[in-house]
This record gives sequence, structure tokens and C-alpha cells, in this order.
Amino acid sequence: MKRIIALLLVVMLVCGALAACGGDKKDSGKDAKDFKAGFIFLHDENSTYDLNFIEAAKKACDNLGVECIIKTNIAESNDCKEAALDLVDQGCGFVFADSFGHEDFMIEAAKECKDVQFAHATGTKAHTEGLDNYHNAFASIYEGRYLAGVAAGMKLNEMIEAGKIKAEEAKIGYVGAFTYAEVISGYTSFFLGARSICPTATMEVQFTGSWYDETAEKEAATTLINNKCVLISQHADSMGAPTACEDAGVPNVSYNGSTISVGPKTYIISSKIDWTPYLEYAIKATMDGEKIDTDWTGTIATKSVALTDLNADVAAKGTQEKIDEIKKGLEDGSIHVFSTDAFTVGGKKLDSYKADVDTDKDFTPDTEVIADGYFHESEYRSAPYFDLRIDGIKLLNEKY
Amino acid sequence: MDKAKTKSAHEPLFHIVKRTDIPFWKAMLIRVAAVLAALVVCGIIIVLLTGKNPFEMYKFMFEGSFKTERKFWKMLQDLAMLLCIALAVTPAFKMRFWNIGAEGQVLIGGLGAAICMKLLGDDGAKLPNELLLPITILTAIVFGAIWGVIPSIFKANWNTNETLFTLMMNYIAIQIIAYFTFIWSSGSNTVGKINAESHAGWLQLPKEIDSSGYLLNIIIVVALTVLMFLYLRYSKQGYEISVVGESVNTARYIGINVKKVVIRTMLISGALCGIAGLLLVSGTDQSITAETAGGRGYTAIMVSWLAKFNPFYMIITAFIVVFLQRGADELQTQTDRIINADFADILIAIIIFFIIGCEFFINYSIKFRSRKKKEVEA
Repeated sequence: MKRIIALLLVVMLVCGALAACGGDKKDSGKDAKDFKAGFIFLHDENSTYDLNFIEAAKKACDNLGVECIIKTNIAESNDCKEAALDLVDQGCGFVFADSFGHEDFMIEAAKECKDVQFAHATGTKAHTEGLDNYHNAFASIYEGRYLAGVAAGMKLNEMIEAGKIKAEEAKIGYVGAFTYAEVISGYTSFFLGARSICPTATMEVQFTGSWYDETAEKEAATTLINNKCVLISQHADSMGAPTACEDAGVPNVSYNGSTISVGPKTYIISSKIDWTPYLEYAIKATMDGEKIDTDWTGTIATKSVALTDLNADVAAKGTQEKIDEIKKGLEDGSIHVFSTDAFTVGGKKLDSYKADVDTDKDFTPDTEVIADGYFHESEYRSAPYFDLRIDGIKLLNEKY
Repeated sequence: MDKAKTKSAHEPLFHIVKRTDIPFWKAMLIRVAAVLAALVVCGIIIVLLTGKNPFEMYKFMFEGSFKTERKFWKMLQDLAMLLCIALAVTPAFKMRFWNIGAEGQVLIGGLGAAICMKLLGDDGAKLPNELLLPITILTAIVFGAIWGVIPSIFKANWNTNETLFTLMMNYIAIQIIAYFTFIWSSGSNTVGKINAESHAGWLQLPKEIDSSGYLLNIIIVVALTVLMFLYLRYSKQGYEISVVGESVNTARYIGINVKKVVIRTMLISGALCGIAGLLLVSGTDQSITAETAGGRGYTAIMVSWLAKFNPFYMIITAFIVVFLQRGADELQTQTDRIINADFADILIAIIIFFIIGCEFFINYSIKFRSRKKKEVEA
């Protein structure tokens, strides 16, 4: 027994000595070759959400010629802070994390390393935290959802004209993760896009209670299909819903990128956030020693909101032309996704609404967001805050 | 084998004999040989599947725990947490009570801590830290103990199957955590740092003394290790646990109240899991998710068994597991993503398979049919 303890102590001492000697040199060079950007991802390539980020990270680093260090499967715990600080140890001048739950741990890392820039996607606290080196970013993805909704509306109209369904049967099914503003904003803008083309459209939403659960997403999609939904879309990160649609032969509008590989006969189009423009902008600003926006919102104009390849075999005729037309309207401001003329809440048109923009413990609404006849989404902070339950959308389960 | 059997019906090619007293050095030699063999097999798989230099991989794996001071502290923290839960399950396993529920007991202990930090901290009663901390610690321990003792009461009174019972309790615990993370967040399912401004209820030493934030966790677990060793080796209760584990009938015969021992031991096991939950929630993350225990509740069982329920040996077995996990994490970031997390897991599995497998050769020896006999037979 004594021998074991003695041996163990010796091993510990040696290791301690090694650790103390092994301090890393920090890169201070501003040349592209020397610059390292570090990335923290919640899952790995198997999740469409993270895959979208991983691809953007690699592309942005390639374009700028900087080294890219990626850490995947980092939990929303102290592990995130550890990962961020380890990336700093490895010489990264810019550290990025992709999941909402990473935020508090990124803020802690940012407080410890003032000379490194930290950026976080989907977060809400940068504009109230007051740190020079901590930044949030998101994109006005509701515009992309709206355009994807237009494609869905075109498909519904085609089905009505072909006599496959009656006008009042144009019911859309939507698989959501949580009853969270990001999801609500997403399905509402999608629905408004569809209804702008097919006025009789209605929608049912089924929540899964998880951002990534292939079985639950597939089940939710199947439930909706059995409920006589004739078109499905989703805000969840696995291939569950597209697979269920392909099995049942129901058209699907996807998210985070094309899912044509699992749904060649049902996939119509997908909206996604392309993170490459933001990452290029933020990394370049860091290298040049310039200030990064505290809260950056990408738009169609910055090429942050993208629609991926339209599947001509499934989409209705003229879809691309219609999308191009509406896209122009969104860009020049003649169309507003959340125009108060387009929706009612409890049968009434809204002329005032306070949203929870500045995150606090009680989630108190603090900012007036309706002005000039529309709901100003993603303008007071980058992460979505549209959380109204509008008429025409039925939530099947609100337990999550 | 079949052929050998038919040729000499009297004696097979080899037979297995239980070893009774293997010298310590020989057992260690077998273990070292197993690790080397595992590294060779891993090396072959690395070369075949990725074409990478295995020695470079092993270097990265080593660096996962030792490259920087930060990595070293993180390794010690992970080691302490795994060890703490291994210590918790040990008395139960020594009593042959199959407590698969450590994961849930840790989570519920952690939940106890989180509830106190939430309700009595910044958002609630705003108790002073001197009052909040003891209440948090006590609640976590009591919560863990309650979650641990429920299956033991059923086992002691109605002889229910504790393996299934404790396992099911894990899933209930995960759902309870999911419920609380939901009501504490506005639908995003993220609790975030609790009491981020005031640090109320945070179980950490001041930054000036401990910059890593892990020192207090490590000190507490070292103390628990010594206490558990003394408890199992020298206390009357520790002896009772061994007797019940060896034979329930013997225990009854010599007048041990088996019911009482089972319930008491699971109270201790659950309470220690509660401490682990406290150290994770209040000491490390200051937040809670269903992933807070991170599967340690199951890994700890292996750590405890490999160490033959000796708390000091557990330091070594827990170190091996953590060293491999940290190494695997390092691998997937260092090699330009050619090796991903799943491949690293395969390597870990191979090494652990060899380490567990070699115990067979320590407990048994293989006797081959001697030549002499063969000749005589011929």
C-alpha cells in the first residue's frame, strides 16, 4: 500500500513539474499566417446546426488565410470556459462559440482574457454586459424563413389548383424545438410568407423539447402528417422531419441547409444563416485591431441570410421568380415580414407591444418594438425576440 | 479446439486454473503488458484507418492532461469528480447492492444545490453567503441521500431488484432536471450562471488563492478518499458492509441487522453522490443541465470495480480513465479533424477493454497440456 502511495506522489510531482515547465508561448503577431481563430461547437458534424457553423468557420478561415482550430462536442457548462481558455492558450486571438447555453461561460472567459476577442452566436447579453471584447451575432433569419414560406405557399396553391386538396385544407405542419422566441419568430415568419401567397393556409406546431432529437422530430412530423398537414417545415437540427416527410411523400421545407440527400422527392428549399460573412468580418476586424460590433445582425444584403438550392422537381412552377420578386421587396423595405396588417393576435390588430430585449432574471418586457406599422425584429438586438402567438397558428403542445 | 478435444479426450489443450496468490509485481507486470498491447492494437488501427503516425497521436493524448498548467488542473478536477462518485458507489457495491443510480443521485444532489442558490440567492431571499452556503451544502447532501435511500428501502423490505430500480430513478431524475431548467429559463432550456453577479452560493476559494477554481473541489475529494478508506477498513460499519457483501446469511447469523445496513449504506452512498452534485453545480458550473453528471455515474462503477473497492487504488483507476478522456478530447482538436470524437472513443474503448481483460489473467492462469504427458499418451 505504502509503495502505491509513494509511487503516486512521485508521478503527481513529476507531472506537476512538467506542467509548470510547459507554459505556452502566446502569439502576438498580427499576420494572417500567425493568426489563429478558435471555434467551440456544441455537437459535431452530425448535427445540421453545427455542420452549418463548421463549414462557415472553415470557409472564413480559408478565405482569410488564418489557422482554424475547432473543438466539437463542448457542453454548455464550465467545459465551455475551459475550451475557450485553452484556445487562448493555443494562441487564438479570436474565439467563437455557437450555442445559446455557452453564453455565460464565454462571458467569464472574456472577463479573464481582455486581449482576446470573444464572439457568440444567438446570445442576448453582449449589449447589456458592457465588455469590449465580448460580442453577439445573429442574422435576420426571419426574412429567409419568410421567403421559404413563399415557396411553401406556391406549393400549396399548386396542390389546390391540381385538385389534390381543397383550399381550406391547406394546413402546414411545423416541428419546433422549444417555445422560445427564436423558434416562434421562425415559424411565424414562415407562416406569414406562406399565407401571403396562399390566403387560406393554416398551421399546426408540434414541439419536441430538444434542439436535436432525431426520433422525437420524426415522430412529431409523423403526428402532423397524420393530422392532415399537407406540407411540413421544421426548426430542429436532425434529419428526423425530412426523413418522415420522404417516407410519407409530403413536401418539406427545410432549415440549416439542403436536406435533399434524404428527401429527393419531397425537399423543396431550405433557408439558413450563412455565418461566413460574419466570421470573416469579425476575424478581420480582430486582426486589424478594429472594433467588432457588440451586437451584429446579418441580413440578406450581407449575404448572411441564404436560401439553398431549390428542388425544381418538387417546387411549384415559378417559385424562383416569386422568391426573387419578394426578396427585392424585403431588401428595398417595401415589404415588412411582421407588418401589423398581416397578422392579428386574439382577433385584434396590434399597435403596441413590449418585448424582452434586455435579458434579465424575470424576462420582463422592456422595449416597445412596434412602430411604423410593423414589428421591428432583430433591430434592438441581433437575437430574435418576436414571441407573439398569432391567429391561424395552433400550438399542439406547449409543454416545452 | 474441437480437434484437440477429439485427439486427447482425457485432457484439453489448455485449462484454466484459479490463481490464489499472485505476487504484486507479477500482477503489475500483467497490467503494464496489457496497456502496451492495447497501445499496439490502437496503433495498428490508427495506421490502417487514418494513416497517421500513432506515436504522434499518443503524444497528443499525453498533452491532453499535461501540456499546460490549465490542462493539468482540468485533469485534476475531472479526476476529483470521477473519484468522488466512485467513492460514493463503493460502499454499496462492496455490499453487493448494485447501485446503477449514481448518475441520478448526483443530478438530484446538484438540483438541491441549484434550488438553494436560486431561491435563497440573488433572485429570491438574498440570504448572506455565510448562511446560504451551509444550507446549500446540507440540501445537496440530503437530496442525494433521499434519492439513494428510496431504492434501498424497497430492497430491504420487499427485495425489489435494485439494479432496475436505481436505473429507472436516473431517468426520473433527468426529467425532473429538465422540468426545472424549463421553468428557470424562458423556454430556451438554458439556466445559465446562477447568481452571476454576487457569486452567492458559489463553492470556490478566492481567486487570489486558487486561480483555477478547482482547488476546493480537489481538497474535499482527497479528504473524502481518506475518510472512505478509514470507514471501510477500520470502522464497525465498514466491517458489516463486507460481511453483508460476502454472505447475507452469515451476516444474519452473527446478528447483523441486514435491513439496517442496506438502508444506512445507501444513505451514505446517496449523500456522497449529493456532495458530487454539489461540487459540480455549486463548485464548478454554477449552473445545471441534464448533462451535469455527464455519464460519470456509470463510469464511476468501472473505476470502483477496477480498484477492487480500495479508495486509494481508485485514484489510479480514475486517473487512467480521465487521462484517456482528456487525451481523446485533445486528439480531436489537434489533428485537423481527421480523428473525430467517435474515433477517439474507439481508442479509449480498446485500451479499457485490455485493462479490464487483463484482470482475467491476474485471477486465473492458463495451464497448457504438457509435452511429456502427450508423449506418454502417444
